[in-house]
Amino acid sequence: MATALMVKALINGIPVEVEAGTSILDAAKKVQVNIPTLCKHPDLTASAGCGICIVKVKNNRKLLRACCTPLENNMEVMTHDPEIVQTRRTVLELIMSNHPTDCLICGRNNDCELQKIAAEFGIREDLFERVLPEIPVDKSTGTIILEPKKCIKCGRCIDVCQNMQDVWALSFIQRGFKTRISPAGDIKLAESPCVRCGQCSAHCPTGAIFENDETQKVWSLLQDPDKHCVVQIAPAVRVAVGEGFGYPVGTNLTKKLYALLRRLGFKAVFDTNFGADLTIMEEGTEFVERFVNKKGPLPLITSCCPAWVDYLEKYYGDMISLFSSAKSPHEMVGALTKTYYAGKKAIDPAKIKVVSIMPCTAKKYEISRTEDMSASGYQDVDVSLTTRELIRMIKQAGIDFKNLPDEDADLMLGDYAGAGTIFGATGGVMEAALRTAYFAITGENLKDVNFTAVRGLQGVKETTVNVKGTEVKIAVAHGLKNVKFVMDKVRDALKNNQPLPYHFIEVMACPGGCVGGGGQPYMVTDDIRKQRAKGLYDEDAGMPKRCSHENPFVQELYKDFLEKPLSHKAHKLLHTHYKARPLYVK
Amino acid sequence: MVVENLADDVKKVVERWKDKEGNLIMVLHDIQDHYGYVPREAALEISRQLDQPLARIYEVLTFYNYFKLQPPGKFNISVCLGTACYLKGAAALIEEVTRVLHIKEGETTKDGLFHLQIVRCLGCCGLAPVITVDGKVYSAVKRADVMEIIAEHSKNHGQK
Repeated sequence: MATALMVKALINGIPVEVEAGTSILDAAKKVQVNIPTLCKHPDLTASAGCGICIVKVKNNRKLLRACCTPLENNMEVMTHDPEIVQTRRTVLELIMSNHPTDCLICGRNNDCELQKIAAEFGIREDLFERVLPEIPVDKSTGTIILEPKKCIKCGRCIDVCQNMQDVWALSFIQRGFKTRISPAGDIKLAESPCVRCGQCSAHCPTGAIFENDETQKVWSLLQDPDKHCVVQIAPAVRVAVGEGFGYPVGTNLTKKLYALLRRLGFKAVFDTNFGADLTIMEEGTEFVERFVNKKGPLPLITSCCPAWVDYLEKYYGDMISLFSSAKSPHEMVGALTKTYYAGKKAIDPAKIKVVSIMPCTAKKYEISRTEDMSASGYQDVDVSLTTRELIRMIKQAGIDFKNLPDEDADLMLGDYAGAGTIFGATGGVMEAALRTAYFAITGENLKDVNFTAVRGLQGVKETTVNVKGTEVKIAVAHGLKNVKFVMDKVRDALKNNQPLPYHFIEVMACPGGCVGGGGQPYMVTDDIRKQRAKGLYDEDAGMPKRCSHENPFVQELYKDFLEKPLSHKAHKLLHTHYKARPLYVK
Repeated sequence: MVVENLADDVKKVVERWKDKEGNLIMVLHDIQDHYGYVPREAALEISRQLDQPLARIYEVLTFYNYFKLQPPGKFNISVCLGTACYLKGAAALIEEVTRVLHIKEGETTKDGLFHLQIVRCLGCCGLAPVITVDGKVYSAVKRADVMEIIAEHSKNHGQK
């Protein structure tokens, strides 16, 4: 491999050497200089949108934007002098002149990039008359709320929606001062192709795109003596929640979370990881049925990601038969809480309220996606909160999270194998399914359960797994822009009657899988995604049981209640249907 | 608006431009020439036939002032806001049209009769401020004249 071309330059008089093509903004970080910016996000292409990152380069009369100017050999860059700082200040004051000042009642209060930078610059007065556009709030999706008047037009959400996710719900419309974020042609977000992945909300620097905060709803339920509140946490939440409390990124806080949730007042604390093990039993069996017994079409495509479900229903309506009918883990736990758990504990299911803590905004949509989500006779999951909302609840409750003791979950729907916990990372569902499918096909457990080929952040991962002489071709895609490559291959093969490129496909809408979910703490980067995933893989590696079919409480559930995977009862409670949906309602 | 043969109309236009780079804007021009505006149904059809996201199409449609998203009125009122007309008080004429007809720039009255458009310089600055209605030029217009100009056209149409 050829060594990368390097360039040498001076930044504030400090020598720096970086790969050719590195922006001044990134090069400056190597010599401990932070150039402020409001539009550049490590995940996204630089767009020179905000104008805050301007710097001076010797022998150049202009002020250059550090985010999109590559460092060149022998450049002498100045990042901070009184003139530069004053210019940045003016740019910031102009941005603020079109931004509301109701920070105290904004969801991003204390967690807003614009607020932070205004504080750093010490802005104490409005130099320009404030002009605020009157644009209505869009709450139509019930998952993410669009408040365009808080938008600073940095363009991150547009880049996320169009390029990272290939969804094309959001765009800028109009021009100049009238420019604003909007779905195509001024319709509501719910009428657009939006799949509620929430990546726009996770990348927005201000409160312009914010999750539908339902923490008050949960507080009310917890206060109601007539309600029996039950909670479950998703795999990816446990390795991200700590970021709200100063833990190193990727710290796995499962047992502290159990203790916390009991302190908040939940009567039973379950784990979505149990549901993940159960999903593997159902989906793994479904795969064996289709692959070995030829009952049903291949490739089988995973369906636990609700943004992916929505995307498939909208963009690949012709391929619905390939979709696993298994519900997502939190829906399975919800349905079983109001049937199996209610029965065993003799509690009226009408009084049970299930709250799920998810790394995801689309889960808020999933809980009432179709009537299948009320398989128990009641809505199976009542409220779905994001990790960000949970962090706020912990702070509201005045609980010293860091010093809480460890506790265990209620095992009936809370125990899990290592396979369940890796669901939170891209490739995890596939790896978990392979562990159990191997057992189902051969009757033997794998000697080495690690499938490292499906781990990591490569956009599409393709590999072939040898199951005692039979080759299983698999693909894993994450980040919706990577889906097209995989799905088009399948569509072409099916159309031309060619051999299938894959037998089994896992898709997660968000880059990195759920660890990088749209409801996770802000300012995620690939580094952070890797560390959160590591928190899950480390937990898996240390567990006595690594495969879903070894989970004793899953075994008991089948023995006592569901009979066997894909039984009539399992179908009723744990499976669902899909339908093709139009891209545009209007 | 019910547009007959919309898919065919779009197809003809798309056929004409499909091999040209940057064809979206040319297709939109042709559609507007044909219908007088770009109906949403046409934008959706263009999206399908050109395999371009609708969001991209509306980025273009709303960026250029030239494109209209609503049907034009029977009578098109153009108020000039070029430098000379502006200095001679054209802003008040726009206000007056809005007051009388309850339409803002780019909008059409509910009865479909009048459409208000703002233009930059019609090339007859000596006559400022200028209003044209379907090509007929009214010069040195005063606020009080606006009602009369509107009445002249609605009368021609057999109303009021």
